[in-house]
Amino acid sequence: MSHGSTHAMISVRDVTKSHGPVRVLDGVSLDVEAGTVTCIIGRSGSGKSTLLRCINHLDVPDAGHVLVDGRFLGYDLREDKLHEVSEAVLARRRADLGLVFQSFNLFSHLTVMENLIVAPRVVRGLGREEAMSAARVLLERVGMGDKADYRPGDISGGEQQRVAIARALAMKPKALLFDEPTSALDPLLVGEVLKVMRDLAAGGITMIVVTHEMEFARDVADQLVFLEDGRVVEKGPPADLLDNPKSHGLQRMLSRAS
Amino acid sequence: MAETPMSEDTAAPTAYRIIHRPRYGTLIAACIAGFLALSLIVSIGGNANFQWEAVGHYLFHPAILRGLAITLALTAVVLLIATLLGTAVALMRLSSSRILATIALVYVWIFRGVPALIQLIFWFNLGLVIREISVVLPGFGTLFTLNTNDVLSPYTAAVIALSLCEAAYMAEIVRAGILSVPVGQEDAARSLGMSRRQAFWRIVAPQALSFVIPPTGNAAISLLKLTSLVTYVAVDDLFYAAQSIYARTFETIPLLVVVAFWYLAVVTVMSIGQGFLEAHFGQFDRRSRRSWSLPLRQAGAGLRNLWRAQ
Repeated sequence: MSHGSTHAMISVRDVTKSHGPVRVLDGVSLDVEAGTVTCIIGRSGSGKSTLLRCINHLDVPDAGHVLVDGRFLGYDLREDKLHEVSEAVLARRRADLGLVFQSFNLFSHLTVMENLIVAPRVVRGLGREEAMSAARVLLERVGMGDKADYRPGDISGGEQQRVAIARALAMKPKALLFDEPTSALDPLLVGEVLKVMRDLAAGGITMIVVTHEMEFARDVADQLVFLEDGRVVEKGPPADLLDNPKSHGLQRMLSRAS
Repeated sequence: MAETPMSEDTAAPTAYRIIHRPRYGTLIAACIAGFLALSLIVSIGGNANFQWEAVGHYLFHPAILRGLAITLALTAVVLLIATLLGTAVALMRLSSSRILATIALVYVWIFRGVPALIQLIFWFNLGLVIREISVVLPGFGTLFTLNTNDVLSPYTAAVIALSLCEAAYMAEIVRAGILSVPVGQEDAARSLGMSRRQAFWRIVAPQALSFVIPPTGNAAISLLKLTSLVTYVAVDDLFYAAQSIYARTFETIPLLVVVAFWYLAVVTVMSIGQGFLEAHFGQFDRRSRRSWSLPLRQAGAGLRNLWRAQ
């Protein structure tokens, strides 16, 4: 909508996270302007997935915080202190961020349509008809209008991922997070998912995409972030990073990828 | 010049008939096994000592049918309590609280570890150690006191003992069912704004149910047979009814045949019921699609298993 005004839709501030003795994220800071696309690249184990999980507090950061549309996701600020919010409040705020998983994670006991309407009904309290008519529009948008009554096990991986994107959109999130959305797909099915994501980006949805698809990153991203050992090593316009990598790590990764 | 294989192909019919190799070994084994089974049936059926007339006489004897009713009621009540208690224990075991998880662990350790018969006799004799049960409210004194032996009738003792024991098994079944649901399902639910509780009841529990039902069917069948232990604490179940008759008449074998018949009959019905439940709550994927014929096929499989087990 208002591309001119720049305000950060997602602000990540000094987020640190350890799994046991391993420090997965080590003071990551990141700003994502409203209506822009940020791609995150890095080798496996660099902390990309954990960063996404920390952004929507599926993993709670050990230190640092995340602001979504100017509001702390997991805390309330009172008297200069961040007070942890209740599980119910956190769950509601988390719905502002849609998350698309590498392994789709469609609810396997529900049909495609039920996958789309369960959260709007349970969390937002929508009626069945209202939720279904909104879901039909979204299924058309990802090209899955004719598969509403299928079960996840009966459609292809690419189709499952498109349904998963529609399911995330059904909560009308302020931003979408993608965790390697095409890594689990057959090469032939990658294109259909990337096309949906390009359309979404063109439509002005704020997105953070963890990906290995360098062409997609170059074409679609407004900002590219290179993560190594849980730290942001390089960040800037994608062409700058991809054509003139400054750090040794990014040089090595790009030379291997090409 | 030799003909090319190509032209040979085009001349041949398109569909060849396949002649399977005869399986002589299997055939011979089946003949021997069939012969042995037949001779066993003939020798048992023709053995006057089995007193088949007595079997016929006692099969629908009122005392036997009353015992059967008590066995069925006991199984149903114990299964219900054990399922509820077992689910609670499973949830405690999976809780993030170390204390709750440890209590659940110890519970399963004790009640699964001690033989059911010993637990049964222990509860039956509880009056020996604890003579009175008092409910005391701090500040108000004793509200009421009950004599343990009055509260713990043989029937109550049996229900408590078997429920506590069976709940330990149900807890493990439910826990395994919950753990069988991929973590990604809960992640996805929570990423859509559901709380842990909503994610569990809306997304995880329905999927866990399809993992829990088949082993619960097995547990129910085991439980049905396990209830025959209550005979030792003078609950007048099916086995007790048969025992009290043959203690008088010495028709031991015919009455055991009657008891075995009824257990087999009930187990058969339960196996068929399990087939229907599995079809209804089964995994919703390619492997076992819901269809009208599934319960019948599963019942068939159940009967075949039963046949094999004999």
